[in-house]
Amino acid sequence: MIVFQYDKTFEGLLTAVFDAYSRKVFPERLVSEDEPLPLFAEQVHRVITEPEKSTRVWKALEKKLTKSVCAMLMHVWLSELPESDELLFRYMRKAFDAPMSIATYFADDDVLEVKKIAQKVSREREHVTQFVRFQKASDDLFFAPASPMYNVLPLTLDYFTDRFADQIWLIYDVKRRYGYYYDLKTTSEVMLDNDEYLLSGKLDEALMAQDEKLFQEMWKEYTLSLTIKERLNPKLQRQYMPRRFWKYLPEKN
Amino acid sequence: MNEHVLDKLKVLAESAKYDISCASSGTTRKNRPGTIGSTEGWGICHSFTEDGRCVSLLKIMLTNACIYDCAYCINRRSNDIPRATLTVQELIDLTIEFYRRNYIEGLFLSSGVINNPDYTMERMVRVVKELRTNYHYNGYIHMKSIPGASRELVNEAGLYADRLSVNIEIPKEQNLKMLAPEKDHQSIYKPMFYIQQGVLASADERKRFRYAPRFAPAGQSTQMIIGATDESDKDILQLSTSLYQRPSMKRVYYSGFIPVNSYDTRLPALKQAPLVRENRLYQADWLMRFYGFRANEIVDDSYPNLDLEIDPKLAWALRHSEAFPIDVNKADYGLILRVPGIGVKSAGLIISSRKHRRITASTLTKMGVVMKKARFFITCGELPTFTVNEVTPEYLRLALMSKKSSRKEPDSKQLSFVFTE
Ligand code: SF4
Repeated sequence: MIVFQYDKTFEGLLTAVFDAYSRKVFPERLVSEDEPLPLFAEQVHRVITEPEKSTRVWKALEKKLTKSVCAMLMHVWLSELPESDELLFRYMRKAFDAPMSIATYFADDDVLEVKKIAQKVSREREHVTQFVRFQKASDDLFFAPASPMYNVLPLTLDYFTDRFADQIWLIYDVKRRYGYYYDLKTTSEVMLDNDEYLLSGKLDEALMAQDEKLFQEMWKEYTLSLTIKERLNPKLQRQYMPRRFWKYLPEKN
Repeated sequence: MNEHVLDKLKVLAESAKYDISCASSGTTRKNRPGTIGSTEGWGICHSFTEDGRCVSLLKIMLTNACIYDCAYCINRRSNDIPRATLTVQELIDLTIEFYRRNYIEGLFLSSGVINNPDYTMERMVRVVKELRTNYHYNGYIHMKSIPGASRELVNEAGLYADRLSVNIEIPKEQNLKMLAPEKDHQSIYKPMFYIQQGVLASADERKRFRYAPRFAPAGQSTQMIIGATDESDKDILQLSTSLYQRPSMKRVYYSGFIPVNSYDTRLPALKQAPLVRENRLYQADWLMRFYGFRANEIVDDSYPNLDLEIDPKLAWALRHSEAFPIDVNKADYGLILRVPGIGVKSAGLIISSRKHRRITASTLTKMGVVMKKARFFITCGELPTFTVNEVTPEYLRLALMSKKSSRKEPDSKQLSFVFTE
């Protein structure tokens, strides 16, 4: 069995594709550098991530595939699902080798699987844009916790920067312990050293802006009064608004 | 902002939640996730109520006080209910602060009538104008025009709102007059016409001057209450068709009558809103807008009302079984769209992927086609199975009728989706 070791970054994966084509050796398994090798590994190649190589592969993909398919591959990567890197590897290889676009070739299991995973990730992205709630802190920062199932924050930045361009905000993935901070000009990725106080997802009342509690309360009351009590359907509510998002919703707390 | 506003908010939300009359619009209704929402672009639902409805806009009335006495409305003046009025500033603050917290996509503003239509309308216009000009608010605004409002105020509203609406409420004028004596069709069609003119004039000007102001860029919509009066589905869908022919008319909403004022004997004694009928009307409307159906193909003199047991597309197909089966590997897009169980998305997929290889039953399933229905209406290169003509339309109708047809509880789920495929 042929095995490639790489650093588990997206650039690393693209570099692996580059290496495979230039050495004409295609791996059956992709593993991280510190993972034990599979039992039947006969041939092992260690991929050294190089921006130049990864850029070339990505550019070639962009030529071969439409923008939305490239975006789909990014989505699959961000799913962080086990073996999604191997799936992506196979997909890219098929895309390069096929004479026509394989985007709609759903008879192929990998094509179908990529589409399915991308859809799930994109749904999660939408969930985040739907259910992230900002809390205003006393220093006028708007803080929003999130703990999405897939690593989708990078995919939501368009939405948030476009919409909340005139307020300072921080969206923090409390599961992956990183986030994005917008300072009225640029958005940057941040990892906070002391993030323990953020992990509950709730700003301490002492840190809240003056009217913050009142607005949370008003929103909660507003959604409650909208409910038509004769037609309660909690199952439907959960289907549209999965439980895992509730802990950050003022209307549910 | 203070606790006071909280109380007003509760009163007004309570008044706006029954989806009829001055507080109504379909814009917060959840259609199928990812379909209508994305085509209209402002469909993000930021919350769902416990009855499963989408909350997208801050849907609120300036006031629930009203000088009119419409029989179908909870806010009619003869009802003894708590009344509240928000100030212009309070409405602005609520909108901005909710928006900044990602609670809402925007504002849906309506109102009961205080003093006279223009007095009310003037205040509403002030809210949307200040939001846009002083607060540089770019979120979505839907404003409901008060029936009988003057051209000047409608024109001003159009400069700031994305969408304007005037609700027809009751399709036939004599029925409207019976239930809402202070209203007539003129008071509704006139503002509708002002909006249309505003939209057309602005489109025309923008051809010549790129920076000419936009007027209600999301057009207008309207709504009819279903089941409060005796109109047939044919009356309703014909009216919808003629409305859709007007430039700027984007959506017609149907709202099953919720029996709020049961003491009023002009109203039918309903136990429950006609939700199934409402859903069927949405499906029919959908067919007219996206599937190339004409109203008279869906309902006519021999079938003036929609079949409540099956969806209107299936109903049409069963009445026209001679058109089937069709060959999914050959038929053109328009015909494929007519197959029950095949939606716009899968029809598109069929067209694009049959270039690569023949479509088989299993490809169709993978594309999300509802084979339970579709298989009776198509052939796809495999051994022909039973089609609608072999099993007969009558039998197929029974077989495909919603299992819930012995509805104990008139299907609350119906509210949640519009089209089943
Ligand atoms: S005008 Fe009629 S429908 Fe509108 S709030 Fe007043 S009573 Fe209700």
